[in-house]
Amino acid sequence: MDEARILRRGLSPRLWLAGGWLLLALLAAIFAPLIAPQDPLAQDLMLERLPPFWLDGAEPGYWLGTDSLGRDLLSRLIFGGRIAFIVAFAAAASACLIGSALGLIAGYFGGWADRVISRIVDVWMAFPPVLFAILLVAVLGTGLSSVIIAIAVIDWTRFCRVIRAEAMSQARMDYVESARIAGYGRIGIMLREVLPNVLPSVVALLSLEMGIAVIVEAILSFVNLSISTDDPTWGGIIAEGRLSIHQAWWVLVFPLITLIFTVLSFSQFGEGLKARFDPVLR
Amino acid sequence: MAEPLFSVRGLKVALPDMTRKPLIGRAPLAEILKGLDFDLPKGSVTGIVGESGSGKSTLGRALVRLIEPSAGSISFEGRDIGHLSEAELRPLRRDLQMIFQDPMSSLNPRHTIFSIIAAPLRQNGLGDRLKERVAEALQRVGLPQSFAGRYRHELSGGQRQRVGIARALALSPKFVLADEIVSGLDVSTQAQILTLLEKLAAEMGLTVAFISHDLSVIRRLCRQVIVMREGGIVEASATDALFDNPKETYTRDLLAAIPLPEIDADWLQPPAKAPA
Amino acid sequence: MEPCLEIRSLSAVLPNGQRVLRSVSLTVQPGEVRALVGESGAGKTMIGKAVLGVLPKSVRIVEGEMLIEGESLGRLDAKARRTLIGARTALIPQDPLTALNPSRRIGPQTTDRLVRILGWSGEKADERIRQLLQEVQIREPERVLKCYPHELSGGMRQRVLIAAAFAAEPRLIVADEPTTALDVTVQKQILRLIAQLQRNHGTALLFVTHDLGVVAKISQKVSVLYAGKVVEEAATPDLFASPQHPYTRALIAATPRYTDPYASLMPVNETVLAGLADEVAGADRAWRPSHG
Repeated sequence: MDEARILRRGLSPRLWLAGGWLLLALLAAIFAPLIAPQDPLAQDLMLERLPPFWLDGAEPGYWLGTDSLGRDLLSRLIFGGRIAFIVAFAAAASACLIGSALGLIAGYFGGWADRVISRIVDVWMAFPPVLFAILLVAVLGTGLSSVIIAIAVIDWTRFCRVIRAEAMSQARMDYVESARIAGYGRIGIMLREVLPNVLPSVVALLSLEMGIAVIVEAILSFVNLSISTDDPTWGGIIAEGRLSIHQAWWVLVFPLITLIFTVLSFSQFGEGLKARFDPVLR
Repeated sequence: MAEPLFSVRGLKVALPDMTRKPLIGRAPLAEILKGLDFDLPKGSVTGIVGESGSGKSTLGRALVRLIEPSAGSISFEGRDIGHLSEAELRPLRRDLQMIFQDPMSSLNPRHTIFSIIAAPLRQNGLGDRLKERVAEALQRVGLPQSFAGRYRHELSGGQRQRVGIARALALSPKFVLADEIVSGLDVSTQAQILTLLEKLAAEMGLTVAFISHDLSVIRRLCRQVIVMREGGIVEASATDALFDNPKETYTRDLLAAIPLPEIDADWLQPPAKAPA
Repeated sequence: MEPCLEIRSLSAVLPNGQRVLRSVSLTVQPGEVRALVGESGAGKTMIGKAVLGVLPKSVRIVEGEMLIEGESLGRLDAKARRTLIGARTALIPQDPLTALNPSRRIGPQTTDRLVRILGWSGEKADERIRQLLQEVQIREPERVLKCYPHELSGGMRQRVLIAAAFAAEPRLIVADEPTTALDVTVQKQILRLIAQLQRNHGTALLFVTHDLGVVAKISQKVSVLYAGKVVEEAATPDLFASPQHPYTRALIAATPRYTDPYASLMPVNETVLAGLADEVAGADRAWRPSHG
């Protein structure tokens, strides 16, 4: 017990670092119009491929430089964050809701419900996820909502598998039998006894899934299947940066760093939360 | 003998045997209880003793209807409850309570002690005056009121088992199943829990089925004993008769295998060969 | 005669500074059975682990010495210590199921130690194990050697582990609650076997248990532990005839006896517990200044 407590205290810095970055990025995205130094869409061919502020030839006000059309990179990253976060929250929440509910039912009730749900999951997971996403967006048409639907439809299985396994082990606990003795019905037991014990895993997975959603959105933007090309997205900026890597490396590097930090933060934040949530466990 | 609370006739239970489950298809059924007949007299403690695999826990779970018998009858106050549905059982739950072996696993780590003891009260129409009733239940098992807000990991093993007893007795049930409730505890704690149960059972006039592998404990607590082996009853009689004059060889073997805390140089000697 | 195992005022602490062993001293003479009895958290298993050099990393030994046949473990480097412990000691574990690797057959699992640590040839090790399996009254050693652990009953698994422990002819065996997971009738057979092999091989035994009944039957000497402290040490017959420490008396009174139901199962008295707490706190006060 003491050992676990010390371990948990050691986890805190990563929770703070990851949470700090996410909060910063989220606030920047929410208040993008107030914070962004420039209009992210304003093109100015006189200002094309300005380097970041510490290099020779930088212009004040264009902190991270500009791309080949003279658009301010920092502003584009900030506005790109809006889409990244919308997708992260909406897609991860939908995947979580569908997956956790089905996983809970399969794991706790077992029997034919489990057989049917598990079979669907198996079939689902046989599709290569990125190709599946591209296919879905191609069918649904591009746009923010199709991206969100595609991610939710593909990734609910991740929640379903983990929550099913946890619910199964919970269902074997004596407190589940004890609730039957107390007169609870099956659904009451599932909600009162099983659900609270799988919640930490749900939270950790949810955070992880947000990171994954950000990546998938970036991939879809990269192959030009996300939303309209005018709005800046991280994947879109990376795709453009790739074309001018030799003339303006920063257009590729800064969005990549932003993406990596964000995705890493989501997964670390989730793990950190789970560890913090867990003090009541052995 | 007092009128029986439980009257069990020809009780058989078969459960899926997962060790023999084929790769595809259902596991074959294994008969765990092979036709038991016995009565549990009202207001007294009956010991059910046996080694692992004797079916004693299965029997207990059939009595409180956590599992359904495959044949035979379990009549509780004259009514056969063996094949009632979950919904039909619900009104009976109030009278059929259980204390579990492992107080760790039987208390949900996410609920406070208050919420754990309150659960059966809420479900059985005693949701009014909850605070009062939980306080009373805690007091009955000798736990301070401040424990209501705690979680199971903040309690010692003995305290957890007291909570288990408080939860089972909160409804003032007619019957309590105590399934190996002290086997995970230290001897000093074990003595406390057993004397507590002994006292409460007498005070509340409870009918208790006390499942244990330990005959020493049974002798102290129980008025009659059922000795089980491999799903059948070997011997059932009043406690003193059983201990002073065991009829069956198996019962005698069980008694002889208990290491008493006293010096006995012969105990570890190989058994004398029976004369040919 | 030189003791087989000697522990001199051994103290261990957890990372948070809490002392888990409090200047424990005990000796096991060659061929003798010493019981270590105590309730959970008394540190009895910890002592066994310290002797075998398998303490968890978080537990740090801050004081004391352990000698196996006169050789001090603290003076040896890690490799020499492992070799010494490996050659002279063995363990009979509590849970025979988790102590065996479920995916390996009994044969190779039990001979491993003989081949790896003692450098025996495979045939010699096989032969030895077969002989020991017969000693623990396993009727078909050939068949058992080819089994996986889950194919054997609990009692059989424990017999296999006893055979494996005695196979290397260790001078000292640590038995950590070896019968706690077993039914009483099986327990009796296993205790009988351990006693018989111990006598025939002249092995010293450090027998860790919580059950005073088992202590009475198997040991010649006994150390009673409470909170990592030896509160009483005696020859076993003396301990039961005239227990000196109030805690020992309380433990004996709490242990159920079907022969005497109303004189046993006595809850441990609050004053005894308070006295113990004082004793432990006093020992810690006396200990702390010199070790900061």
